[in-house]
Amino acid sequence: MSVQNEAGRQETVAPTASAPAIELRGISKAFGPVQANKDISISVAKGSIHGIIGENGAGKSTLMSILYGFYKADAGQIIINGQEVNISDSQEAIAAGIGMVFQHFKLVENFTVLENVILGAEDGGLLKPSLAKARKLLKQLSDEYELSVDPDALIEDLSVGHQQRVEILKALYRQADILILDEPTGVLTPAEADHLFRILEGLKKEGKTIIMITHKLREIMEITDTVSVMRRGEMTATVKTAETSPEELAELMVGRKVLLRVDKKPATPGAPVIEIENLEVVDEQGVRRVKGIDLTVHQGEILGICGVAGNGQTELLEVLGGYQTGTGKILMNGQEIDLSGKHSNGQTRRARGIAHVPEDRHDEGLILEFQAWENMVFGYHHAPEYQKNALLMDNAGIKAMTQTSMDKFDVRPPNPKLEAKSFSGGNQQKIVLAREIERNPDLLLVGQPTRGVDIGAIEFIHQQIVALRDEGKAILLVSVELDEIMSLSDRIVVMFDGQIMGERLPSETNEGELGLLMAGITDEEKAQ
Amino acid sequence: MNKMPKWADAVLIPLISILLAFFFSGLVIWAIGKDPVVAIKTMVQGAFGSTSGISYTLYYATNFIFTGLAVAVAYHARLFNIGGEGQAMLGGLGVTLVCLAVPWPHWTLALPAAMIGGALFGAAWAFIPAWLQAKRGSHIVITTIMFNYIGAALLGYLLTKVLKVPGSMLTESARFPEGAHLPNFSEILAPFGINFSPNAPANMAFFVALLCTFLFWILIWKTRLGYEIRAYGQSETAAKYAGINPSRIVIIAMLISGGLAGLMAINNVMGEAERLIDNAVEGAGFIGIAVALMGRNHPIGILLAALLFGFLYQGGAELSFWESIPRELVVVIQALVIMFTGALDNMVRMPLEKLFVALGKNKKKEA
Repeated sequence: MSVQNEAGRQETVAPTASAPAIELRGISKAFGPVQANKDISISVAKGSIHGIIGENGAGKSTLMSILYGFYKADAGQIIINGQEVNISDSQEAIAAGIGMVFQHFKLVENFTVLENVILGAEDGGLLKPSLAKARKLLKQLSDEYELSVDPDALIEDLSVGHQQRVEILKALYRQADILILDEPTGVLTPAEADHLFRILEGLKKEGKTIIMITHKLREIMEITDTVSVMRRGEMTATVKTAETSPEELAELMVGRKVLLRVDKKPATPGAPVIEIENLEVVDEQGVRRVKGIDLTVHQGEILGICGVAGNGQTELLEVLGGYQTGTGKILMNGQEIDLSGKHSNGQTRRARGIAHVPEDRHDEGLILEFQAWENMVFGYHHAPEYQKNALLMDNAGIKAMTQTSMDKFDVRPPNPKLEAKSFSGGNQQKIVLAREIERNPDLLLVGQPTRGVDIGAIEFIHQQIVALRDEGKAILLVSVELDEIMSLSDRIVVMFDGQIMGERLPSETNEGELGLLMAGITDEEKAQ
Repeated sequence: MNKMPKWADAVLIPLISILLAFFFSGLVIWAIGKDPVVAIKTMVQGAFGSTSGISYTLYYATNFIFTGLAVAVAYHARLFNIGGEGQAMLGGLGVTLVCLAVPWPHWTLALPAAMIGGALFGAAWAFIPAWLQAKRGSHIVITTIMFNYIGAALLGYLLTKVLKVPGSMLTESARFPEGAHLPNFSEILAPFGINFSPNAPANMAFFVALLCTFLFWILIWKTRLGYEIRAYGQSETAAKYAGINPSRIVIIAMLISGGLAGLMAINNVMGEAERLIDNAVEGAGFIGIAVALMGRNHPIGILLAALLFGFLYQGGAELSFWESIPRELVVVIQALVIMFTGALDNMVRMPLEKLFVALGKNKKKEA
């Protein structure tokens, strides 16, 4: 691997005189008050593979969407092969030689491979000449780059890895010189991912420039020549891959900001609250998301699960929250809970003392169009204390309760009649947290408690979680923020690819070690 | 965030839309060589100028309140029930069966029974598309449309083969017994010394419609079920998180929707025709969509929109009767109103929003 990198870099660094394949200068983009991209500049040499790494919401996808003409940058320049271009839609991006492979493929399921390849790039009114031309090119490409796909197969019959190849072929058919891949391995098996990397290496040798967006450190180390790190909309560093390490990248990704250490006493764990044995989750697409997990959370303990987003943590929370089916065995306070069937839902989970602050407060935790008081009973709206009589809800009582909770949790503005969407991220999260904690649960599931939350609110939210622990409750915390895991957890479990990579005590580990585990690299592998 | 005040959203936009619709209607009338001013006068006179006209306007409005509420209930669960027409037809069948089943002694007994019959049949007709949507993922828009046709064919068959009075040439059921006669406005208002046209159709059902409007408000904003319906309508993922069963909400919302559409039959079948006739619904199921859309799925809005369409129906009928303006043109006017209030909503909204934003900025500058 290192030899290949060496060779690749010599090729790319040598022709310094020629202009970079793609250069971005001072790109900025804001969505309302959210600055998705802040003054971003990168330069990618011809015939190299450049990685862009960063957490969810760091602004990677926004940047690529600007490059492909989906969004218009508020400021900045795009320079391709030394020439400034103005890309206002995808047609212009294609004309500039940019090809994009999206995370979610944009293929017509009931068309054949050939039909998909020529779609939008037909040579004329009749399809036959284009199809023939595409067939010839496909043959040639498949020989050259291991890009073999049956040209007459229907997309819906192809595996995910093959569908991705079609996307790459589409870009090549349009004579793309710059190929952008957004989280290309997110849906691939390891073998498919390796195959993809061989294809990319081949394309690189032919002089194509490749930009790969990912949050997987291992892939960055394996395939890229240079790598840029994005964090909260800013480009925090651009380094040569050979001169960096996974530890350094993890640190750059997570940020060097002062750890928000929470004042907390040592944990005094009690009896087990939830015991998970051999939990398996297969999602709607048939992908195995959680692969046989064993976990136990005790009273008075915060168990932190860290890992790069998309490694099964979401599905774990969903199963525990009752809206994803799984197999295996889960005991809550010693009694087994249903993981599928009609008794497996959010209501029955809540009745068993499981409260849940979901990862996605916009799509799950809150109804944005509902007012704060309506959100304050969301999921608990069947509770007897919120009913006026057999028919009507006690809306006045709920409003009064909401007022009390909002004051207690310092939600600003403390107005129960304001729609949830009108609150800031931190205050929205406080509403969710108040709702779940005030129900006095035995187990609190918390997903990404401080995602998109301002610093002031982070501290408050952390204090509330620790306070609940000190009352003897069990807390299962899932976060992609390493420092959050480090400062809150009493025990840390690292998840990668649906499995548990290891368990550490926060006092006996560091971010570097966790970062490696998060990337799926165990101690044994590193020693090799 | 800069936003329009609520009153502008609820009152100003529909008002501007209606005025625009009337303006363009006027242009069309003018283009075929008639006088728009005379036309509008005829419409207003016809709809509100006599007790008979008012009665017809209220009668039509009653139909539209029922179907408008039906569409709105489903819409709160983000379901587009286009099957109000078929559900109202089947409601008619239910009402007919109830009314003909027993020699009813008095309308106070017949009305509740007929309401149950109409609502049950309407709900049953909505249940099948709802079940298909909830369990099989068949799109409810398609299935409800199809069920309109099936309903029409079914009723056609029943009227010609089963319900028809033997020996009669008319494809209609037997007349309902005297005891099933709902008091019309003339009979209701006579004790108060108010003279109302005795032969006009508005009847007790209007008050049932008002009651349903009130109950709709209670259901959607005061009950647990309404809460769940709205939550599901806003976000299915959030509903799942909260433990709300999506299939259950789809089916219940559609049952209520179909039930409301079926209830319409106490107005047109029981209150007016007093027998089941062919095409008794006369498109009210579809008008309900426009009414709900224009009324923003809010009971007060639906009530006002239903009255507007009642006026358009009655005034339009008068127009074609007195002004030799073809009936088709009346449909054009109705279509323009639907188009401007429903489909072209954003055309008025966007400039207005900008205007309010600009006004807001000016105010800030002054302050």
